[in-house]
Amino acid sequence: MSRKHVNQLLDIVLHAAGLGATLVGLIVLCALLVDIFSDGLGRLSWDFLTNFPSRRAENAGIFAALAGTVWVMTLTAGLAVPIGVAAAIYLEEYSAGGRWSRLIEINIANLAGVPSVIYGLLGLGLFVRTLAFGRSVLAGAATLALLVLPVVILSSREALRAVSPSLREASYALGATKWQTVWHQVLPVAFPGILTGMILALSRAIGETAPLITIGALTYVPFSPDGIWSPFTVLPIQVFNWVSRPQEAFLENAAAGIIVVLALLLAMNGVAAWLRDRYQH
Amino acid sequence: MLRRQRDLVEQAIEWGLRSCAAVSVLVTIGIISVLAFETVQFFRDVSPIEFLFGTVWTPLFFQKSFGVLPLVAGTLLVSTIAMAVALPAGLLTSVYLSEYAPAKVRRIVKPVLEVLAGIPTVVYGYFALLFVTPLLQRFVPGLSGFNALSPGLVMGIMILPMVSSLSEDALHGVPRGLREAAYALGATRMQATIRVVLPAAFSGISAAGILAVSRAIGETMIVTIAAGQQPRLTANPLVPIETMTAYIVQVSLGDTPTGTLAYRTIFAVGMLLFMSTFLLNLASNWLRERFREGYA
Repeated sequence: MSRKHVNQLLDIVLHAAGLGATLVGLIVLCALLVDIFSDGLGRLSWDFLTNFPSRRAENAGIFAALAGTVWVMTLTAGLAVPIGVAAAIYLEEYSAGGRWSRLIEINIANLAGVPSVIYGLLGLGLFVRTLAFGRSVLAGAATLALLVLPVVILSSREALRAVSPSLREASYALGATKWQTVWHQVLPVAFPGILTGMILALSRAIGETAPLITIGALTYVPFSPDGIWSPFTVLPIQVFNWVSRPQEAFLENAAAGIIVVLALLLAMNGVAAWLRDRYQH
Repeated sequence: MLRRQRDLVEQAIEWGLRSCAAVSVLVTIGIISVLAFETVQFFRDVSPIEFLFGTVWTPLFFQKSFGVLPLVAGTLLVSTIAMAVALPAGLLTSVYLSEYAPAKVRRIVKPVLEVLAGIPTVVYGYFALLFVTPLLQRFVPGLSGFNALSPGLVMGIMILPMVSSLSEDALHGVPRGLREAAYALGATRMQATIRVVLPAAFSGISAAGILAVSRAIGETMIVTIAAGQQPRLTANPLVPIETMTAYIVQVSLGDTPTGTLAYRTIFAVGMLLFMSTFLLNLASNWLRERFREGYA
């Protein structure tokens, strides 16, 4: 075989290996979905969504965890979005290119790579103990807010950067101040992009388990939270609790709980994709 | 007068925005202070030498021993297995998507792979424990119900999209002219890829690889669920082990009273974890900057 043929053969080999590797990811994704749906779909029912956890697997439901997730996510968004968007406005509109903003940029890039369990230790030391929030909804939401802050800042900056400079110039030309320009012109145009970023940040937060366990969120909570100081659990912690039990019936509950989490994630990402399609020019 | 008032409002707003931007710096300072505070307390009772080089980790037992090496070994073992999957598969995927695949295939495959990265880790834990481990037990004799192999493989799949998308960015950053020059000299796509494109994108790809290692070291729920919680100094992937992250979760689940030595161990372990991932992230950022400068 000539050298040319060898090279052509190797070209085919690399092509096939690349295709194969790509398929590995896709096949595992299918296997995972099929496994979870076949384990859990039979357990999914209205009662499962509205019951509190129980020591008897067939009576157990996810209502407390679902309510906890809604509480924590709402509060996380309420904390992370204003701070994150304000930080993005500062970095993008006020101090672009300065040394201070360079430092903040490097810092944000590094924070995005800190393991989530470390944020749990931060929340435990700072919110649960030093600020004495206890193991409350507020402590959990504050911890997750810090965790997703880099995502909110990065995506909001991108949305602000996409706003055409001529819009700002027109506003200045009419005598508007910097803040008037940002508030009345730039933010409304960037809003869909910021919203998309917020949804993506929350879809990261909704699956987080380790940081909330670390701050001491409970794994067995037979009530829904009644305020920001209430103890709580969330869906992934409930799933983790069921996975750690040996009985087959609880594992089915875990799979059914996972289906609910995946459905929420799908819905959130669907809305984000819809927003992006609708407003992207 | 009105004008001065307006200027004051503008200044106040700018200060408000600046302090929000400063929050992210405060988070870093907060992480380091919390970890350092408890770690210093910990080192009053346990010598750093015993902690870093001891080979027995039993802080929750009656006979306490504080050698962190079994947790480090567990972390390295699982991460190595994960990287053995994620690096080759991720790199081959990126080569395929960037150099071989038709645009239509790329447009469909990329977002589907991103789905893998968006699945909560507790779901992967379930999958590793209840699907992959039983499957592997059919082929691997002596595989324990909890082991390093299955969570390692699953973690590799989880990290794969990150490796492939970052490497693909690096491959895309290589100027077209380099490829065209290779083709003009009669190279096949394989030759152009291996001899020209991959070397040119090397620092970008290494940045992706290092970031992937950092992700693997910090990953928590998969190993907590599927690797067992038995600190063990071993390189055997078939037996239960414990990673640094899983230990932090294990202690947090129990009723360890605050202020005790056992409680402080999680911050000392957390400090070690934070420093390792921090250094890896810095190295990765540095490599990526260098890559960007090369082709800016």
